[in-house]
Amino acid sequence: MKSLAELQAIKERMQSKVVLREGTADKRVVVGMATCGIAAGARPVLNAFVEQVNAQGLTANITVTQTGCIGICQYEPVVEVFEAGKEKVTYVKMTAEKVARVIEEHLKGGKPVVEYTLSNNKI
Amino acid sequence: MKELSLNILDVAENSYKAGSRLTKISIEENGSALTLTVEDNGSGMKADVLRGVTDPFFTTRTTRSVGLGLPLLKMAAEGTGGGLAIESRHKDDFPDSHGTKVSAVFYTDHIDCPPVGDVVSTVVTLVQGHPDTDTVFTHSKNGSVRVSLDTREMREVLGDVPLDTFEVLSWIKDTLTEQYSEIQ
Repeated sequence: MKSLAELQAIKERMQSKVVLREGTADKRVVVGMATCGIAAGARPVLNAFVEQVNAQGLTANITVTQTGCIGICQYEPVVEVFEAGKEKVTYVKMTAEKVARVIEEHLKGGKPVVEYTLSNNKI
Repeated sequence: MKELSLNILDVAENSYKAGSRLTKISIEENGSALTLTVEDNGSGMKADVLRGVTDPFFTTRTTRSVGLGLPLLKMAAEGTGGGLAIESRHKDDFPDSHGTKVSAVFYTDHIDCPPVGDVVSTVVTLVQGHPDTDTVFTHSKNGSVRVSLDTREMREVLGDVPLDTFEVLSWIKDTLTEQYSEIQ
């Protein structure tokens, strides 16, 4: 049975890490979560990013956040990646399955997955 | 929307956007009637705005002039013989009791009633996206609460550890999944 006591244990584990977590993330993954994104399947995409970024120990460098409608609803689920000093990369028609490659090649490897980007999708 | 849990996610996102500090989400099952309620203490809406919210050509979004969230929910509820009700009090008129309450009734024995779906993911997603506000979730059957989560209680234990810490989100997922497994 899950209990609030377990949260106490999480708190104690976290307190030693808090200093490391603050202010160092230089990459931001933003998932569109308006009606259009949600209906197209943004929820599993967001959760895949949250889970995999954590599983790979990348939370100090990468934050995963939500936003509203980005304005290109026909391409949802849409994910934007912001990185200090670089141009924004927009991924379209994302799925939870595509997340692993974005993390591996783009967020860790520094090379955007061009075939998933908006600029590579015919209008 | 393929499942009701996605409608809940969509409607609740409006509450956080309206500056809600405490958002209460409930699913209540009484016989074949299933009521979804999202109640917030955000800025609320004035009467003229409230009249327009189920019109697809009314929206607060700035990227284009069509808003489908509440119209889709209304259509889905009415398609099962149920309906949608919205009450709202704007902060200018009700400085101490402002907010919005959206309730949708579905009849689960109607063939067009969507499945409830993955409510656990919806709650986890809402807390992940809005860790600085509080969220209360309850799922009750025939008057008794069977599944519940209250981030205010969690915050009392966690202190300054943010709610969007991965271990905390995992705990939310596990505790809700466990509670659901006991009522299946």
